[in-house]
Amino acid sequence: MKLLKLFVAVVAATVMLSGAASAEMKKVRIGTEGAYPPFNSFDADKNLIGFDVDIAKAICEKMKADCTFVAQDWDGIIPALLANKYDAIIASMSITAEREKKVAFTNKYYNTPARFVAQKGSGITDISPESLKGKVVGAQSSTTHSSYLEDIYKGVEIKLYGTQDEANLDLASGRTDLVLADSIVLLEWMKTKDGACCEYVGKDVTSEKHFGKGAGIAMRKEDTELKAAMNKALAEIVADGTYEKINKKYFPFSIY
Amino acid sequence: MSTVDVAVVEKPKAETSRAWTAGRVIGICVLALYVLIAYFLLRMIVVNYDPEFVGKYLPRMVGGLWITVQLCTTAIILGALIAFPMSLARTHHNPVIRGLSFGYVYFFRGTPLLAQAFLVYYGAGQFRPVLQDMGLWGFFRDAYNCALFTFTLNTAAYQAEILRGAISNVHKGQWEGAHALGLGKVVTYIKIILPQAFITALRPFGNEIIFLIKGSAVASIITVFDLMGETKLAYSRSYDFQVYLWAAIMYLAMVEALRRCWDKLEARLTRHLKRTED
Repeated sequence: MKLLKLFVAVVAATVMLSGAASAEMKKVRIGTEGAYPPFNSFDADKNLIGFDVDIAKAICEKMKADCTFVAQDWDGIIPALLANKYDAIIASMSITAEREKKVAFTNKYYNTPARFVAQKGSGITDISPESLKGKVVGAQSSTTHSSYLEDIYKGVEIKLYGTQDEANLDLASGRTDLVLADSIVLLEWMKTKDGACCEYVGKDVTSEKHFGKGAGIAMRKEDTELKAAMNKALAEIVADGTYEKINKKYFPFSIY
Repeated sequence: MSTVDVAVVEKPKAETSRAWTAGRVIGICVLALYVLIAYFLLRMIVVNYDPEFVGKYLPRMVGGLWITVQLCTTAIILGALIAFPMSLARTHHNPVIRGLSFGYVYFFRGTPLLAQAFLVYYGAGQFRPVLQDMGLWGFFRDAYNCALFTFTLNTAAYQAEILRGAISNVHKGQWEGAHALGLGKVVTYIKIILPQAFITALRPFGNEIIFLIKGSAVASIITVFDLMGETKLAYSRSYDFQVYLWAAIMYLAMVEALRRCWDKLEARLTRHLKRTED
């Protein structure tokens, strides 16, 4: 009888413990693109690396969540979130009014401006829509940059690519005259052998309407609890210096 | 007379009481499933009909459809022009010519169209200085040309194989008969062998065109705004799944139109094989 009581007690304790643990370790699936260095990309061993990934891991740690990553092509990254393939997008997604119709965003976790690049010695200095008439400009499709070009640069031929890499490749080969993209992403590319061909032209391109308030974490609108938890964790990593450490690992200046 | 009439009337009656075999039940169930799926898909289009949405994206998609049609038609015609000598080279007595043509067909049939398109498009970009020296950069700079180039070479390889098979399928006696009549080789080839080979080649050739129409969606990945390119663009802006449904319907319409043409063409080519009604 004693043995039985002990057995029951042990079982009950185990169940309670594991229950408590699973309640604490929330499972969160995070979607990212994996083709946007230095923010998110794959290393040689097919591991996701980059600023977005490190931030995601830091946030997960603060939320005490068990996070798994899912790589998803950029074109379908919001539809896949809505289709419940994962719970949050941490992929340098700009917080725009257009996207806020479909998904909810946390506060920004970084904000970097967009810029144009062209081949060195292209002679392009003026980047106003009038002076770029007839030029071919590349951008990644479904990005803030592509919608900005389509809205503002009317007389310009716009070429859209599935990934930023492909847009860069076509600029290097001379199929396009310019590329509009995130300044940091372009800077990283210009450090490589392929990107050595090219340089920034013009100043930062700014438009709150198109580029939003910086990059945020996107989730389904009904997941208000997750949003609150992520905002809290984000504030914590900014406050306790974790963010700064990650920032320093990638960039010599603050991008917050 | 009246007994005959009765027999004729009774025959269909016997047919209506056909047994409910397992195959028949399954067949009807599958058919019902198809009808149900078609109903829901069409319902989705009707229920979600939004004039603003349709006005914004449908014209662009029709424009994309036109690009796809242009791309495929040109590639098929140019491909046929290459396939013709290529099929002859495949059976040429000179081993070098035979080997080269075999290698060409082997490569284009053995690798994915997507890989070929990437290879041509981004490969040409890498070899820009060389192509510029040769004066070819102007051609390869344009994504549409790159797609056309790839599709032409790809379909030419398939068409050459179809044609080669069909020609070797024509009975040897046809050559001998023509020879006995004193016809020259070229005349025999054009007047006797090819018309018969075309009958055999027609269906596989039709299949090849269908494959190319569907495969042409690859062009969208190298920045051509064909039907698939416009569809992806519309989807990335609207997140509305039904644009893919429209695209599917447009692709289906193209294939169906081709299928009907092919029925007509086959009837025409095989008219001498049909018995006249007696």
